[in-house]
Amino acid sequence: MTDKALPTTARVLEMHRMMCTIREFDEQAGQALDSGLARGSVHQYVGEEAIATGVCANLAATDYIASYHRGHGHSIAKGVDPVGMAKELLGRTGGVCGGKGGSMHIADFSRGMLGANGVVPDGVSLAVGAAQAVKLLRQDRIVAAFFGDGALNRGPLFEALNWARVYQLPLLFICEDNLYSATQRTGAVTAGPGGVARAQSFDIVTETVDGNDVLAVDAAAARLTARIRDGGGPAYLYATTYRWYGHLAFDKGLYRDPAEVKSWRERDCIARIEAWLIGRGVDKAALAATREAVKRAIDAAYEAARAAPFPDKHHAFTDVQDIGGPAWA
Amino acid sequence: MGVMTYAEAARLSLEQEMDRDPRVWALGEDLGPEGGVAGQYRGLQQKFGPERILDTPISESMIMGSAVGAAICGTRPVVELRYADFGFCAADEIVNQAAKIRYMLGGQVRAPLVIRQSVGMRNGMAAQHSQNNEALWVHVPGLVVIAPGTPADTHGLLKAAIRCDDPVVFLEHKELWATSGEVDPQAGPLPIGVARLVRPGADATLVTWSSTLGRALEAADALAQSGISLEVVDLRTLWPWDRDTVFASVRKTGRLVVAHESVRVGGFGAELVAEVAQTMFPALKAAPVRVASPRAPVPYAKPLEDMCRVSADMIAAAVREMLPADPSGPLAGT
Ligand SMILES: Cc1ncc(C[n+]2csc(CCOP(=O)(O)OP(=O)(O)O)c2C)c(N)n1
Ligand SMILES: [Mg+2]
Repeated sequence: MTDKALPTTARVLEMHRMMCTIREFDEQAGQALDSGLARGSVHQYVGEEAIATGVCANLAATDYIASYHRGHGHSIAKGVDPVGMAKELLGRTGGVCGGKGGSMHIADFSRGMLGANGVVPDGVSLAVGAAQAVKLLRQDRIVAAFFGDGALNRGPLFEALNWARVYQLPLLFICEDNLYSATQRTGAVTAGPGGVARAQSFDIVTETVDGNDVLAVDAAAARLTARIRDGGGPAYLYATTYRWYGHLAFDKGLYRDPAEVKSWRERDCIARIEAWLIGRGVDKAALAATREAVKRAIDAAYEAARAAPFPDKHHAFTDVQDIGGPAWA
Repeated sequence: MGVMTYAEAARLSLEQEMDRDPRVWALGEDLGPEGGVAGQYRGLQQKFGPERILDTPISESMIMGSAVGAAICGTRPVVELRYADFGFCAADEIVNQAAKIRYMLGGQVRAPLVIRQSVGMRNGMAAQHSQNNEALWVHVPGLVVIAPGTPADTHGLLKAAIRCDDPVVFLEHKELWATSGEVDPQAGPLPIGVARLVRPGADATLVTWSSTLGRALEAADALAQSGISLEVVDLRTLWPWDRDTVFASVRKTGRLVVAHESVRVGGFGAELVAEVAQTMFPALKAAPVRVASPRAPVPYAKPLEDMCRVSADMIAAAVREMLPADPSGPLAGT
């Protein structure tokens, strides 16, 4: 083993700010649903911020990501503007999808964010195709596909792993194992050694990390993405973590043992990196200032969203298809 | 009699069928701890155990495929697909296996199973969680398709679906889960393929099903204010549909409106209108009309989502439009 150089304080501070931004955005996303400003499904990423942050810290603006229903964190980490996201969540003009998609379909192609997704694990299938396109077009990009542990037992994931390996696609799979698929403990319905073994059986390089340790995620993602960029084919990052809240923002999570929730909250990825930074000599006040600045920015994002008008009704019928759209019917 | 919700009526129905027939079992995601997305399985795993209320991984192809296998080998599975949108993840097993296995194998086996899919729009669930896919299933030979619109119908028709030896697609509307109505808890199965004449009327026939029933009745109330008498028929079973009831009603009123939440183009309303036109053209006083969703995915933002809804106003307007200008004049005595 070679000693890996520790990350610079500046890099870690940047990741800290990112995690705080994601958390604040999703805390307020939950409030938006509670107050009726957002509708439908809102899946909060609170508790899992280190994974999106550590992975996306190793992606270029031109790289692609695909996500799943719990997709706010990945979007923000990939550089999507929280203002456009908040507007989307509130179904307003200026939302990243014009208010037509909502939380589960947040996407911003200008940032290489190919979309959250409502169907487990269709984002992974799309990511395979994106990697195929990158290869065909001889582009200098890689693709990262995030998915939950619930995806481990759906056929398309197996097809994606096989496919990516057969065609040696520039694709990083990231399994965010938060132990649950909605109200179900995923382990209870998953045979064998689980998430890592799935990929290993397809001869794909894997790493396992503590997904609440942003430095570990960052380091592993750095190794795997470097390998992919070198033409090494697909790789797979398996990160363990926990969602603090219910599956959906209004789910109280009564099927989980409160002691389990508590023990995972004690492993808070943000508190951990703050302790690390303080050990590096960063001032506590500076960290608090970051959190406050983030809060102001996210407050402003939701404020802008509340002030934005709803989309004009005719947009219900735009962008269906070029020929034979609703007007034709 | 008692008042219960649509979700509770479904739960009670399944419980009673599982009590009655040990071959009945259910499988799907999140049935145990929380009792399904709407509580429609609440307490059943505790009562019947984890084998008969099987919590599955997110494996729609296997949920459906294994149910077909279990159905042809002596059990009667109730498949929970959570949302109709995920029915597409199991479409191969529904269409290529469940629907035609009896036929392909020369009648050696039957696939007695129920495929529960909750359908429809509810509060901003957006394009991948709001679909109504009924017309697709009606189009597939071998399937029975049921779409109850009230708690009592859910109770009786789920029983019938479970006892039916054909594969039954059972479409429950998300917007109806929490609605309540009178249910006789002791009631047995309702007949499949029999519509319900919900409200008698003279001037036009409105055929509908599922959650659109409520809007149809609102429309009928509004029309009654202006002296227009609308007959409302809840089809309940889409395949095989109740030709006798629909034909008799249209023969009486001479006018047909079909209202449904799913997309108008290629929707099941088109089939009804075509059959009526073909069978009783001379009895029609006006061209039949469909009131249904535009051919667009369901958007998220409320004002946009509302553009895809079928409202009571739209139904009432369609009825008014097909009537002669002065309802008290030429209409009298027709
Ligand atoms: C094909 C499919 N089946 C079922 C669902 C309903 N569903 C949405 S999220 C979810 C649980 C997913 O768990 P996991 O993949 O671990 O992600 P997490 O929510 O834990 O982040 C389920 C069952 C779905 N979206 N797609
Ligand atoms: Mg999970």
